[in-house]
Amino acid sequence: MKLYFRYLSIHVKSQMQYKTSFFMTVLGQFITSLSAFLSIYFLMSRFYTVKDFSYNEVLLCFATVLMAFSLAECFARGFDTFSGMIGNGEFDRIMVRPRNEIFQVLASRIELTRAGRFLQAVIVFIYAIPTSGITWTFGKILTLMLMIISGMVIFSGLFLIYAALCFFTTEGLEFMNIFTDGGREFGRYPLSIYGEEILKFFTYVVPLALFQYYPLLYLTGRSENIMYMFFPVIGFLFILPCYFIWRIGVRHYKSTGS
Amino acid sequence: MIELKNISKTFKVARRNAGFREALGALFRRNYTYIQALRDISFTIKDGEMVGYIGPNGAGKSSTIKIMSGILYPDSGECIIDGLVPYRNRREHVRNIGVVFGQRSQLWWDVPVIDSLELLKDIYDIDERVYKNNLEELVELLNLGEIIRTPARQLSFGQRMRCEIAASFFHNPRILFLDEPTIGLDAVSKIAVREFIKKMNREKKTTVILTTHDMQDIEAIAERILLIGRGQILYDGSLSELKTRNSKKKTITLEYDGSGRFSPCDGIALVSRVDGHAVFEVDTSVVSVQEAIKVISQYADIKDLSVTGASIDEIVVSLYEELKI
Amino acid sequence: MKKYISFFRIRFINGLQYRIAAYAGVATQFAWGFMEILIFKAFYKENPHGFPMEFSQLASYVWLQQAFLALFMLWMYDNDIFLSITSGNVAYELARPLDLYNMWFTKNLAVRLSRAVLRCVPVLAVAVLLPEPYGIAPPVSLFGFFMFIISMILAFLCLVALSMLVYISAFYTLSPMGVRMVAATLTEFLTGSIIPLPFFPEKIVKIISFTPFAFMQNIPFRIYSGNIAGSEMLWGILMQLFWVIALVSAGRLWMARAVKKVVVQGG
Repeated sequence: MKLYFRYLSIHVKSQMQYKTSFFMTVLGQFITSLSAFLSIYFLMSRFYTVKDFSYNEVLLCFATVLMAFSLAECFARGFDTFSGMIGNGEFDRIMVRPRNEIFQVLASRIELTRAGRFLQAVIVFIYAIPTSGITWTFGKILTLMLMIISGMVIFSGLFLIYAALCFFTTEGLEFMNIFTDGGREFGRYPLSIYGEEILKFFTYVVPLALFQYYPLLYLTGRSENIMYMFFPVIGFLFILPCYFIWRIGVRHYKSTGS
Repeated sequence: MIELKNISKTFKVARRNAGFREALGALFRRNYTYIQALRDISFTIKDGEMVGYIGPNGAGKSSTIKIMSGILYPDSGECIIDGLVPYRNRREHVRNIGVVFGQRSQLWWDVPVIDSLELLKDIYDIDERVYKNNLEELVELLNLGEIIRTPARQLSFGQRMRCEIAASFFHNPRILFLDEPTIGLDAVSKIAVREFIKKMNREKKTTVILTTHDMQDIEAIAERILLIGRGQILYDGSLSELKTRNSKKKTITLEYDGSGRFSPCDGIALVSRVDGHAVFEVDTSVVSVQEAIKVISQYADIKDLSVTGASIDEIVVSLYEELKI
Repeated sequence: MKKYISFFRIRFINGLQYRIAAYAGVATQFAWGFMEILIFKAFYKENPHGFPMEFSQLASYVWLQQAFLALFMLWMYDNDIFLSITSGNVAYELARPLDLYNMWFTKNLAVRLSRAVLRCVPVLAVAVLLPEPYGIAPPVSLFGFFMFIISMILAFLCLVALSMLVYISAFYTLSPMGVRMVAATLTEFLTGSIIPLPFFPEKIVKIISFTPFAFMQNIPFRIYSGNIAGSEMLWGILMQLFWVIALVSAGRLWMARAVKKVVVQGG
């Protein structure tokens, strides 16, 4: 929407005011994801495979999760930092405007510094895609794109849940990090390496595996099951319960004040 | 038109205890106290009225404003503003109101003010022509010409406040909620803001509801006062009536020579006395000012003397005392 | 000296107030430790011989890291210090009869220590109860444990001295966000927080051992589990001592110059 672009241009202008800080933050982000990459590199060069996944396959997995997360962080950052928004009255201000609250929260923070991680993901993809030994048919390319988009949606959904929980309490919400940052860090490797139970959890409860693991099986040819290609789409549905929790949160906020 | 009928609101507040054992207990069992913020509040405000909404802190002012803005649900009662229920038809209702929070800014910090205004234009879907007209008018009235292209971060507090107020008028709201709009402003800016608000009310018939502790604001802008205390409306009437009601007290300020030993006298109370400077409070229902001066001059050689009526602040304080809030 | 002790005490007790948040955070840390161990387990299954340490030693490392996170994570900055520098309020702090470097250093020690004390007990309690080799093993020997404590203290001092350098850098930039981030991310990786240094290729570890990064939590955690012992251990501790002295001296010198700049410019 045109309104969103206006917000975007304000964000760009505003962040460009602090050029050095901007680039330093991008650099910092890049270094973080670089360390994550290097940790994979060091470990894989020692062990060569993990649970039958080769180095390249792990890289694909890593890059997908990283890209999905950086996109989610860039656009849904408003929810990630929502506790501040309630605290300083910004959310009240949002409620006094004639626009959808979710839209306003999304538009209130667009952090382009997340490009650091995004860049890292791009670089890894550039290396991993050609060397993976996968024949990139149209279907496979589509799968990869769906994986990334679905990942972005799922991470954003997790941010949304965090924000919704902020309506009830601002303390003790650290555990959400397990799923957001944790999802990013432990999602470096295909989720099957953690064992059956964990894989099940990340399939049915927090559906990270729907965009990271099952389609990967299809991509790498371990499975011919075409249905796996559509698992990321099922992952989109995750946003529904998240939205539901958000609405409950807003209702609670409206009945108890701040 | 704003109509509130029997609005009540109770808050459940968790009690936090100090001490390790209580904090541990709090993990399992929360102690709550119930605070009744609003008790059966009713009032009506007609279009174009300018109302001062005053009361001690914690009396329920901000809760009422939140209900009227649509941010808070009341527990019971009815609130209808221009035919809409604010907290049910949030987006529609909010299009017609403007809110200024004295301590929090709605302008973007790092970009020129004009960019924030353009963003507001899109948020409120203001027609291009209307926007340009308003812009011209507001820039002129509030003298914003030079500062409109500066980032908010670089403006002085007074300049920023003027922009804030301008920003809240852009979408031609029918009702304006002002919360401490002049707090921290220098005298010149305060006057400019007050004049501006009055002008907007005259020309556009904007209903203004002013919440403030600054009584000069009230005196300048509001004709009607709503006083809320302990969750109830304790006074609803005109400002002038309030003044005459409490004009029994007069203050005599005096410079004198002499020992300055004053004996107590009915209706005359010595408020302070320091080195030849004394202040008395005279209850004119007991003794007239003339008599009071006569009595005082028995005890001291009066060098200089002035008589003043109670200031609006004093009137309000004594009203609070009278109503025990 | 007495001033600093009482200053420390105040900050420490203050930090202990944040109990509820601390206990909620413990669950998070436990989950992180758990997942990390699972990653390594998967690799261990691939090739136990490729593992540069015993699995139980690794588990101890992970749990010690989670328990003492507050002591060694550079990113837990004291935001107040940054704020006071960027807003110029540091001028008021300079007006007090306390040495600024010592004051901030003490403050950091106290805050981090109070956070660590709150978190380490529950994390360690759970880690002790886990079945071998996933849990934390008891210390290898009494002497080793004693050396572990000494090494921990040195590593902690080293980290705080490093963080002081980051704070001082804020005197020179308008917005310290970037430097903070880069410093934190580099430190995290190079000190072995992401994966322990023994898993790094040898050449890289050699390079890192010329920096203070190799001598922070890397040393004490490995002393504890017996991964480092004997002369290697003594060397490690000596290097730690060296780096603490080096970083503190560098910090003090740099701060003196930065403060001069502030005073001359008038904040």
